[in-house]
Amino acid sequence: MKVKMLSRNPDNYVRETKLDLQRVPRNYDPTLHPFEVPREYVRALNATKLERVFAKPFLASLDGHRDGVNCLAKHPKSLATVLSGACDGEVRIWNLTKRKCIRTIQAHEGFVRGICTRFCGTSFFTVGDDKTVKQWKMDGPSCGEEEEPLHTILGKTVYTGIDHHWKEGIFATCGQQVDIWDEQRTNPICSMTWGFDSISSVKFNPIETFLLGSCASDRNIVLYDMRQATPLKKVILDMRTNTIGWNPMEAFIFTAANEDYNLYTFDMRALDTPVMVHMDHVSAVLDVDYSPTGKEFVSASFDKSIRIFPVDKSRSREVYHTKRMQHVICVKWTSDSKYIMCGSDEMNIRLWKANASEKLGVLTSREKAATDYNQKLKEKFQHHPHIKRISRHRHLPKSIYSQIQEQRIMKEARRRKELNRIKHSKPGSVRIVSEKKKHIVAVVK
Amino acid sequence: MSGSRAAESSLLALSQQEELEDLPKDDSLSSSEDEGDSDGERKHQKLLEAISSLDGKNRQKLAERSEASLKVSEFNVSSEGSGEKLVLSDLLKPIKTSSSVAAVKKQLTRVKSKKTVELPLHREEIERIHREVAFNKTSQVLSKWDPIVLKNRQAEQLVFPLGKPQSAFAPIEHVLSGWKARTPLEQEIFNLLHKNKQPVTDPLLTPVEKASLKAMSLEEAKMRRAELQRARALQSYYEARARREKKIKSKKYHKVLKKGKAKQALKDFEKLRKVNPAAALEELEKLEKARMMERMSLKHQNSGKWAKSKAIMARYDLEARQAMQEQLARNKELTQKIQRASESEEEEEGAGEEGEPLVPDVVNEVQAKVNGPNPWMFRNQSSDATEPEIQEDPDEGAEPAGHEASESEDEEGPVAEEDILLKEFEERRSLRQKSGLSGPVGSPETKDSSSQEVLSELRALAQKLNKENHRSGRQEVSAARTGTILEVQRDEPAEEQEEPLLLQRPERAQTLDELEKLGREGCLQNKELPRAAVEGQRLKTNPNNHLGAIPKEKKRKEQMIDLQNLLTTKSPSVKSLAVPTTVEELEDEEERDQRQMIKEAFAGDDVIRDFLKEKREAVEASKPKDVDLTLPGWGEWGGVGLKPSAKKRRRFLIKTPEGPPRKDKNLPNVILSEQRNIHAAAHQVRVLPYPFTHHQQFERTIQTPIGSTWNTQRAFQKLTAPKVVTKPGHIIKPITAEDVGYRSSSRSDLSVVQRNPKRLSIRHKKQLKQNSVD
Repeated sequence: MKVKMLSRNPDNYVRETKLDLQRVPRNYDPTLHPFEVPREYVRALNATKLERVFAKPFLASLDGHRDGVNCLAKHPKSLATVLSGACDGEVRIWNLTKRKCIRTIQAHEGFVRGICTRFCGTSFFTVGDDKTVKQWKMDGPSCGEEEEPLHTILGKTVYTGIDHHWKEGIFATCGQQVDIWDEQRTNPICSMTWGFDSISSVKFNPIETFLLGSCASDRNIVLYDMRQATPLKKVILDMRTNTIGWNPMEAFIFTAANEDYNLYTFDMRALDTPVMVHMDHVSAVLDVDYSPTGKEFVSASFDKSIRIFPVDKSRSREVYHTKRMQHVICVKWTSDSKYIMCGSDEMNIRLWKANASEKLGVLTSREKAATDYNQKLKEKFQHHPHIKRISRHRHLPKSIYSQIQEQRIMKEARRRKELNRIKHSKPGSVRIVSEKKKHIVAVVK
Repeated sequence: MSGSRAAESSLLALSQQEELEDLPKDDSLSSSEDEGDSDGERKHQKLLEAISSLDGKNRQKLAERSEASLKVSEFNVSSEGSGEKLVLSDLLKPIKTSSSVAAVKKQLTRVKSKKTVELPLHREEIERIHREVAFNKTSQVLSKWDPIVLKNRQAEQLVFPLGKPQSAFAPIEHVLSGWKARTPLEQEIFNLLHKNKQPVTDPLLTPVEKASLKAMSLEEAKMRRAELQRARALQSYYEARARREKKIKSKKYHKVLKKGKAKQALKDFEKLRKVNPAAALEELEKLEKARMMERMSLKHQNSGKWAKSKAIMARYDLEARQAMQEQLARNKELTQKIQRASESEEEEEGAGEEGEPLVPDVVNEVQAKVNGPNPWMFRNQSSDATEPEIQEDPDEGAEPAGHEASESEDEEGPVAEEDILLKEFEERRSLRQKSGLSGPVGSPETKDSSSQEVLSELRALAQKLNKENHRSGRQEVSAARTGTILEVQRDEPAEEQEEPLLLQRPERAQTLDELEKLGREGCLQNKELPRAAVEGQRLKTNPNNHLGAIPKEKKRKEQMIDLQNLLTTKSPSVKSLAVPTTVEELEDEEERDQRQMIKEAFAGDDVIRDFLKEKREAVEASKPKDVDLTLPGWGEWGGVGLKPSAKKRRRFLIKTPEGPPRKDKNLPNVILSEQRNIHAAAHQVRVLPYPFTHHQQFERTIQTPIGSTWNTQRAFQKLTAPKVVTKPGHIIKPITAEDVGYRSSSRSDLSVVQRNPKRLSIRHKKQLKQNSVD
């Protein structure tokens, strides 16, 4: 007689240790799990709502400066260290984990116009309104020693910005011209000019390190080649560019923060058309910094907010503001791509999360899987109207909100006017200029 | 002829001309002695020319003339090289070369070779050229990053910080070689291990395997492997086929298969007999042996578990009965053959018996068993006797019905009659056995006599049966001719087989009600009712023969939802669904039971009718309405209760055109609403999002679930992998050439700058110029 009975291998259901997870056998038969799309949709909706619920990006405010923070610098080797220069000539070094100032230097008389760290992290350079370039040791002076710069270079004109080479002992300053300095010398090894105007900022390309970009107050952006000691090209925009930022993952891409509320991402080989125009700010954009992953950048604006833009999107994905934050002058994305720092007029440095709803600290694997899944769900259903609305919703200060409305009306009016002009003129006589090309005045070879 | 004449005439003409021409020449030229000579020469020339022109082509040449004036100028200087220019140095050239003049000459050449210096380019222009060249160079350098940038942009996942991919796991030998035993315990273990020459790692192949690998050449191994593979594939194929065939439930199929096999075997055997009689004989022997083996086993004895269970079921189940009868027939077949053989054997045995009368009965029996025939037959017959006994009871009940039945159900008649005959036979058999019980049962004589008697009886019975069959007008059985019980038995299953087929015909037209009844019956059958009740039920079973059940049916009809009525009016397709044939019905009895139960449970609420009503309403509501623009009282007599005239109504009624046919027109149990649902629309994507080019693409992305509910763990992880992964607390440095495998420039930027490249080489400058020209 054949007896049928259930027999199971205990290996399949007995845990090896008590700490193991219970094995849950699953049946993936689709008939047992109907309504995939509606269920996932609901999950996505919930995930989006929870994301908004947990979106608390503000982490800390570092106060101590006695004037507006004019410039910020990251430490190349330490994530916890950040340097800031204020409008009263004071430089402070902060520890982010302790959220405290660890060192204060009265570096200059007048503004600290620029600050940058050496690539090895042992010293840093500052330029100020007092026509000097100063090099400082990163470590504080030992007991009894006086706070003194390692080197001081007296220049003839005011320096408005400084940046250090990414691999060698070279730094570049800007003022009336772009000067390239060897750290060991007191004279610039080469200076490059193109026209006569004050250059507001200069930045080294982080990948092809011999390239520099600068922006001047005569509305242009100039690119330089340090090795050939010559400027390469100049592009003139509608309005002045305040700073540029290089993409750390794509050698030829940089973004310019413009006075006309927009940011322009350029491919430096084709300057006549920007790759993308990023619009969302309602006032002049003062600073821009790329995320180290090269996928996003953050911009600081005169409209008292900072925004995070994906590189390939023209609209921002995030806007950060607080009641007390005034005009944001400088912004930096930390080297681990998790945080954002911004220095503003009202003497504070603020620390933000780069992803507003991200949970900080160590995540368990299940938490991680859940967040990944939620992220994917949000991505999958991002075009659905409810989810889109919820994920896009941000509270804005009244000033910004009303300005956005106003500018929308203005833009619409301009568009309408243009359409009317086209309608009432001979076909083909009015050229339709795309938004990208509209803001480029000329490219000078 | 004419040609030669023409030539002659031309010659004549020429001579005349010459004479004419000669006259002035003679005048102009000074008289000289060699006049006549020259004249003669010229004439000769002319003559030659005329002759040469005779062949059709006019080859008159102009006479050469030379003028003296060119050769001799008035200064008496020859101007042969008139193309050459007079060069100053030629004039200076003295007859003898002198050193002082050479220096002057050199100076002169230098002065001549020097050109005027071009105006230098404007400084801005130069800078512009520099910039352009530098920009082109830089662009070239940068474009090496293009593929990397593109790759990173399209990457499914980017893990930061970038760097070399993690090295693969080191093989265990490497790890072990780097590891040393430190503690005494470890050392002890190591010593033990090494003493036994235990391999540290599991070698992939044992030494034997290695040796065998070496022994076999690669090709050989490959061939062998292919062979093995083929064999395995074939085996698996046959296995699969066998499994598939085994799975086929159809009895008919198996029956046909068996029959076909038997036929094939017979055919083969015939062929073999013709071709090779010896082999055929052998085959026959083999067959005989097989048969004996089969007979030795208890197959077809109606004694197995299956047979017993069938015997119980046979009362109620047509099929079981049929199967049993089939088995019996097989048994009979076996025994019958033996009988025939035994007839010849009998004599032998008889002779043997005469020779050995002292052999005890038991031995005889055993011998008989070995030889095959008799005890089997007896047992069989006795079992035969028991078998109809089992069948008796239903037959008893069926008998009167069969007799009273009208012409329409005559088909059951023969069966019943057969049964009766069998019964009679049975009774006689039992009687005989009873009588023979006193005598020695095991003795071959009695057996033989009894068997003879049986045979004769059977013949008689068969003849009787045949007559009856003829009387009932059926061409059924040919049992009379063969005259053996075997064939009667054999025919029985055949008849039984036919039965359902015949019964089906009237039943196919059955409606639901009858099905219900059948179902009820099935329920009842499942319960173990007393026999009488079952018999009573059986009476009712045949729908055609009893009239008493009809009122009951009607009652039932009223109770249940009149499905047929409802659905047949709606669409014919539903009817076909709702009224399955009886064959189907027999097959899925369980399902039917369940349906029946559900039907009974929800007897009260008329869901289908409600649904149909709802649908009708929905259809009505969706139909476009006519617009009536009649104004009562306009142009007519007014007053209470006056209706506008039909003519007027007809005139002012605006008929809306009929819309497209509804999509659920042919779907009886579906209502398709074509109206937009605003509640759902709030959650739907209105316009196709950007990267998608077709709505199907987008829908597909939405329809594939990514959750772990629908995907395995591995797939889930893959599907939800984030695009950018960063490690907390790690500094992400900008991408470098080394990261992506490019050779970074060895020259430092600083050194290049310090070389001061402002001074450009002459070659470079030339290149610049060329560029500027371009």
